[in-house]
Amino acid sequence: MGTLRYEIDAAAQVVTLTFDDPAAPVNTMSEAWLADLTACLDRLEAESSTTKGVILASAKESFFAGADLKGVLQRWPAGRENWFRRVEDIKRQLRRLERLGRPVVACIAGSALGGGFEVALAAHHRVVIDNRRVQLGCPEVTLGLIPAAGGVTKMVRLLGLQVAMPYIVEGRILSPAQAKSAGLVDELVPQTPDAPAALRAAALAWIGTHPSAIQAWDTRGYKIPGGGPGEPKNAQLLMAAPALLRAKTRGLYPAAEAAFACMVEGAQVDFDTALRLESRALATVADGPVARNLIHLFFDRAAVRAGVSRPRGAPKWKAGKVGVLGAGMMGAGIAYAAARRGVACMLKDVSLERAQAGKAYAATRTGERVAADKMSAQEQTELLALITPAASAAQLRDCDLIIEAVFENRELKAQVTREAEPMLAAGGIFATNTSTLPITGLAKAAAAPERFVGLHFFSPADKMELVEIITGETTSAETLARAYDFVLQIGKTPIVVRDSRGFFTSRTFATYIAEGAQMLKEGIPAAVIEHAGVAAGMPVGPLAVTDEISQATIVAIMEQTVADLAAQGKPDGRSEGERFIEVLCKQHRRLGRVHGGGYYDYPDGAPKSLWPGLQQFEKPGIEWQLAALSERLLMRQALEALRCMSEGVIQTAHDVNVGSIYGIGFPAWTGGAYQYIAGMGLNRFLARCKELAAAHGDRFAPPRLPVDWSPGRVA
Amino acid sequence: MSEALIYDAVRTPRGKGKADGSLYEVKPITLVATVLEALRTRTNLDTSQVDDVVMGIVTPIGDQGACLPRIAALAANWHWNACGMQLNRFCASGLEAVNLAAQRVRSGWDDLIVAGGVESMSRVPMGSDGGAWAMDPQTSFQTAFVPQGIGADLIATLDGVSRAELDAYALASQRRAAAARDCGCFDKSVVAVRDANGLVILARDEFIKAHTTLEALAGLKPSFEQAGQMGFDAIAIGRYPQVERIRHVHTAGNSSGIVDGAAAVLVGSERKGRELGLTPRARIVATALVGTDPTIMLTGPVPAARKALARAGLAIEQIDLFEVNEAFASVPMRFMKELGVAHDKVNVNGGAIALGHPLGATGAMLINTLLDELEMRAKRYGLVTLCVGGGMGIATIIERI
Repeated sequence: MGTLRYEIDAAAQVVTLTFDDPAAPVNTMSEAWLADLTACLDRLEAESSTTKGVILASAKESFFAGADLKGVLQRWPAGRENWFRRVEDIKRQLRRLERLGRPVVACIAGSALGGGFEVALAAHHRVVIDNRRVQLGCPEVTLGLIPAAGGVTKMVRLLGLQVAMPYIVEGRILSPAQAKSAGLVDELVPQTPDAPAALRAAALAWIGTHPSAIQAWDTRGYKIPGGGPGEPKNAQLLMAAPALLRAKTRGLYPAAEAAFACMVEGAQVDFDTALRLESRALATVADGPVARNLIHLFFDRAAVRAGVSRPRGAPKWKAGKVGVLGAGMMGAGIAYAAARRGVACMLKDVSLERAQAGKAYAATRTGERVAADKMSAQEQTELLALITPAASAAQLRDCDLIIEAVFENRELKAQVTREAEPMLAAGGIFATNTSTLPITGLAKAAAAPERFVGLHFFSPADKMELVEIITGETTSAETLARAYDFVLQIGKTPIVVRDSRGFFTSRTFATYIAEGAQMLKEGIPAAVIEHAGVAAGMPVGPLAVTDEISQATIVAIMEQTVADLAAQGKPDGRSEGERFIEVLCKQHRRLGRVHGGGYYDYPDGAPKSLWPGLQQFEKPGIEWQLAALSERLLMRQALEALRCMSEGVIQTAHDVNVGSIYGIGFPAWTGGAYQYIAGMGLNRFLARCKELAAAHGDRFAPPRLPVDWSPGRVA
Repeated sequence: MSEALIYDAVRTPRGKGKADGSLYEVKPITLVATVLEALRTRTNLDTSQVDDVVMGIVTPIGDQGACLPRIAALAANWHWNACGMQLNRFCASGLEAVNLAAQRVRSGWDDLIVAGGVESMSRVPMGSDGGAWAMDPQTSFQTAFVPQGIGADLIATLDGVSRAELDAYALASQRRAAAARDCGCFDKSVVAVRDANGLVILARDEFIKAHTTLEALAGLKPSFEQAGQMGFDAIAIGRYPQVERIRHVHTAGNSSGIVDGAAAVLVGSERKGRELGLTPRARIVATALVGTDPTIMLTGPVPAARKALARAGLAIEQIDLFEVNEAFASVPMRFMKELGVAHDKVNVNGGAIALGHPLGATGAMLINTLLDELEMRAKRYGLVTLCVGGGMGIATIIERI
């Protein structure tokens, strides 16, 4: 029995099963574990006359992690029947445990997520250390799976249909205190050095007072709290919830819908039948590509955060004090993000007033958190104390990192760089938050260009997880490593991109905007274009998002680019779609949301509506197919991502997937822009590009790649 | 082959479909017995000659469950030869019953059938029978279920019909219904509901709001805005992506009323009628059923009418009067616009907006109303059509004889 230990406390007549997988840092529902658990149950059943109770515990930092996701990915597609049989086998054993006729207590000292929490749900009583960092719950839906090891059925029976919904369908995670109020765990012990002993003591005490424990759902006449689906009070929920869910998932994330369906269907039948319905629902979604893609994304993000693109060997670095130049929207957000992770920040602008206005952003956001009971007033005071508004560069002395977040203007950026860089502490690095101006050029204003790097945050900077690190020609490996470490230090996720026009995110996203404009020029109704974007899984249609950035800004960037290229003797390479945005801007005076309207009108106090003037571009009788338009929008972006990869602008598939999803809203169901390609197969993708190029133009022409090309190879 | 003839038709007045409605105290079985009794006495019917009593009941549970038509016939002291059957084709049920009766008689395999419907929406609320479409999440996801009001608003949005136009239509329905009731046009066929003592409980339609105004209608809140915002709009637009936003223009004032009522139509062969000394009033010329997109749901009437006309070999211009069920104002408005039919031929005595829509009975009530008006005006052809849940459509053409 390698994965767990069977220990008998002869005095108490209690058996402790300690999960301790020797082959991994966490316990998972591996084949070996299932075999060991089965053997334990055989023994428990045989020795039940001399056993008063069972304790479940873990020797790892976490209690139990759940499904072996790596294995799932390796074996994908494992086949529906395999999934069904496997999860039924697991539940058969868990069911034996809870029907032992002896009290079973789970002593939870660390996180129990997914299958891990479902192991805990097999206990009659759950005791947890009240440690805020312990995570409990069933987030399977976020990975395209469902909590089919009893999570769906048991949460419904413990909490009722309405209350259980967010924990199953959204995969909401809880802290121990939250789980106790929700009724998912039964007892807390305070977080002290004696906590593990206290856990055990609590378990033994409970076993002593509950000699013949059975699960609530096994008691005669047990009723689901709030009633089943037939209960009139639940009728509203049942009718409305599918619409609410479908509005969120757009039909692109089958797991949430399958989880809800199986919650309801399971509530119509008895407990053991409900368990079987879970298994069937899991078999359907687990074998689908979306589950594969979401699990793949999970590992991509982990790889990026583990430093897959961080230079090897560079020592770990931490910023002590950070300076932010420019207290506008981005600067204010960056300062707040840093302060949230305990990093002291000097927020500088041209006047103290403007710097204070920037700090006010953090005051407002923390004020909201205090009002929502997510933060104490004391914590707010401490956080705000970390942000110091400044008006002079001298106040930036001894910053380890200075981030320049002023207007996208070369002269201005050069000026503030020259002024602030000398203030850096020894070994400090200088970063620019530019979203479009090539880093190498900006680095020319720096005295130490090897310490100059791009740190491209996304708006709103405190909420968006992604930071795009851009290395200029002169940026050293050490600087890159420090930038990487800083991004992780403030709780964000870095991707690494080589300096080039538009870097990775802006360049890729620009194609979404241009393709939307292109479709409008072709005469497709604007509402259809917007729905095509959303139907593909993009958070917003291409026209609406263009308005947000503003046509004026886009045109200014385009003009700068054209000028730069002309200076290098290169032609204006703009697409038809991009030129159309200029026409809209200059000819039709539609400059964007903050400039009085773009593709949409923004009347006061009413929702935005498409500018009626767009109707002049519609071709009456034009035929369109929503699915084809959605495909174009995704293919165009994926193709641009592939071009970036083939040019060496971005190296790894992990960076591409994480960057596209977290930076520019590429739909998570695809697993990211590269997974979208890999999922269909590179050759198929290239062939499809050729078809689209023949039908819609050269912008779809795929790059020439060597026959054995793979990510990381420059073509 | 025999013609299917309508010998007579009756209906109860429609009571408000809430606990303060006049018919709330009346059991559904009593409503059915009322119309059966009226039919029997008016035609001096030998009930042993009736093959079947076919009634639409859309929520056939509780008081309305267990094959009510058969039991009601027995309770009304009809001869036990008269069988009974409940059917459900949502809002089409009452007309479906008439069509089914016509088809069976015309086939020559049945001779005399009472067809109609009953619905006590005050006692057995709409939707209380559950069902997979709205209540089974997987089915809802798979079939893009959207409540009917959203479909009505979507039709108005697609057709460019404004709230003011819908309210004007609704006002006309109220005025026409009030005028028809008050001048006694309904008296020929509306039979009072009485208690066991013979005391009148309700003699005339009570749902009509004779004195409503455009201002009052304009002040009503859109009924389906909230449901739309919860996600149903997005689902509907998923099938109609050329729509930027659904305008929520239907209210309680321009949608059909929730009411209680029952109706019965006597359908028989020529031979049977002669045998029993009955005088036919109309001939059922053609029936039609169509299926259309269930998400927009309510677009069945136009294709159903076209199909019935084709079956009948008639042109639309030959139809003298139409009854297009006013489930929601945008439905008859689309019908009139698409088929080029003038409002002075459509729902001339008002419709369900004013009178109410007792789900299982309405179709039979519309046949009844249409027939009376054809006789009053000495006109020839009439067409009844209803939009139906699940995206179906139904139509029937009758000829006054």
